[in-house]
Amino acid sequence: MPTTTSYKQPTEQGYYGKFGGAYIPEMLHRNVEELQARYLEIMQDAQFRKEYAALLRDYVGRPTPLYLASRLSAHFGTNIYLKREDLCHTGAHKVNNTVGQILLAERLGKKRIIAETGAGQHGVATATVCALKGVECVVYMGEKDIERQAPNVARMKMLGATVVPATSGSKTLKDATNEAIRAWINNPHDTHYIIGSVVGPHPYPDMVARFQSIISEEMRWQLNEKTGSELPTAVVACVGGGSNAAGAFYHFLDELTVRIVAVEAAGHGVTSGLSAATTALGKDGVLHGSRSLVMQTDDGQVVEPHSISAGLDYPGIGPMHAHLFDSGRGEFLSATDDDALKAAFQLAKLEGIIPALESSHALAALNDLKFGASDNVIICLSGRGDKDLATYMKAMGVEGSEVSG
Amino acid sequence: MSRIQQLFARKPKGVLNVYCTAGYPTLESTVPVMQALQQHGADLIELGIPYSDPLADGPVIQASGSKAIANGMTVARLFEQLKDFRQTINVPVVLMGYFNQVLQYGFERFCADAAAVGVDGLILPDLPMFEFEHMYGATIKKHGLDFIFLVTPETSEERIKKLDGMSTGFLYAVSSSSTTGSDKKLEDSNAYFQKLQSMGLQNPVLIGFGIKDKQSFDAACAFANGAIIGSAYIKALDGKSDVASATKEFLSGVLQ
Repeated sequence: MPTTTSYKQPTEQGYYGKFGGAYIPEMLHRNVEELQARYLEIMQDAQFRKEYAALLRDYVGRPTPLYLASRLSAHFGTNIYLKREDLCHTGAHKVNNTVGQILLAERLGKKRIIAETGAGQHGVATATVCALKGVECVVYMGEKDIERQAPNVARMKMLGATVVPATSGSKTLKDATNEAIRAWINNPHDTHYIIGSVVGPHPYPDMVARFQSIISEEMRWQLNEKTGSELPTAVVACVGGGSNAAGAFYHFLDELTVRIVAVEAAGHGVTSGLSAATTALGKDGVLHGSRSLVMQTDDGQVVEPHSISAGLDYPGIGPMHAHLFDSGRGEFLSATDDDALKAAFQLAKLEGIIPALESSHALAALNDLKFGASDNVIICLSGRGDKDLATYMKAMGVEGSEVSG
Repeated sequence: MSRIQQLFARKPKGVLNVYCTAGYPTLESTVPVMQALQQHGADLIELGIPYSDPLADGPVIQASGSKAIANGMTVARLFEQLKDFRQTINVPVVLMGYFNQVLQYGFERFCADAAAVGVDGLILPDLPMFEFEHMYGATIKKHGLDFIFLVTPETSEERIKKLDGMSTGFLYAVSSSSTTGSDKKLEDSNAYFQKLQSMGLQNPVLIGFGIKDKQSFDAACAFANGAIIGSAYIKALDGKSDVASATKEFLSGVLQ
């Protein structure tokens, strides 16, 4: 089989090293083949690029700042820049992808959008762009997550989307994704499926990575403005499925002097049985249509992961990341629930920024990484912490004196 | 001639293939269910391996798989249960499962064990044509197993020919764009069935998805060499402790 020559570019069949491909039943073939045949042509079209750029600027609020976090930098004795994806419309990087895919769906002549969501961030970002374009939107969400994430369910409904509970399996993100894929099988003509991460059958991992790559495109010129060099020492991002990481790493992947650091959710600890650290615990497998590392039993049943952050609570990882891990190009670390909480409170106090729990995992990795005074480190602050306030309140209640002291 | 080829040589019309889930309704019911299916008129058995994430299946088969997994079913246990099944069952048997389970068991080991116990073929709906051609097809052939691809109303004529050319045993014609157990109308697909009939395919064709009773079985058989019943039979087993009489009752309704 042909192999990849670039870390960011899959083969024609969608392979990054041995990971990727399109492991889908025949019922999905026509829709996936249509996307494979047309996504690059559409994304490279001048009119498309113009519309996409205009929406990113005027609707999403890009470019997002690259902010030198001085007090955090002083604490760690290095130069830490935060890429402020938390300032995007809807509160996270997810909207970079949904804006792109809704424009793509329009060009494919699709009249209806389906999506999966875990914590609800991608569901809200999808419902948002569907409202913007006046397109019908159906979001599949695990029954358990619907109970846990009531404010985001309300947001989606206010934006006009229908939220359908996924009642199969473990009733969380994995099963919501299964239900969305089944819904696509059952509606093969008028429906486009907006996947929220760099997972799924080819071309989704590449397509979503390209839409998110605006993050690292901006990082390069912004860092150059601030430091005179486009290349940082390291880029650090959290990884569940891996969309913000894919976007943050993208334009640095083939710059081999730049350290690529991915931080997974260790939950209660990598070996605790309650973890979502896929590269540590997963094995070669297939999930949601692509070959990657998958957390599973010896019998090949996909297991339910655990993380305090719903956005990292996924038993797989995008095939690009599996290849970064497998090839050694990326460094893969993990942060526990507690590490992430501490990092969130630290950032709030030192910089006046309340991060999402997902992004807090990337921040927590600073404790495990050694950087010098002249190094420049970029952390992708993928989302803001409003949605996690209930968790933060609980944490303050539990460790009240420590936090307020 | 493989056991499946012999079946179609002997019975070119009205072949009844019934799907059952291994380890459902009880862990040890796998072989008794297959025996009952053979005794009461099934010509071919599609034995499903329960999986946590069965993308091509609707709610009924999903639930049977979840039950079977909860009952303790695994791939290793299945091959154990099937060790002596050829002493009592002579109809062809194809294993249906998802690629991840097979990969985890070891692809070559899976094929070897399947062939050793007397399984005739495989249906792995999420093993794509490209990977079959470049990585896995040779192993399947080496162990003498048939491999059955699916086609749907959305599959182009050129692709149908290619999938037929790569399949052995039979070709699985999915009746509509749906997951298993759908209630889409069979007659809406008549033009597609007629197209398949007129293409001069090398393999016999069995129509599946949405076949649930005598009427739909007969309707499908008018366009193909036979048909596959899955969800309706799984429903018929639901809550039944006597799988033999439940199977007899269900199949006598279909074949009356």
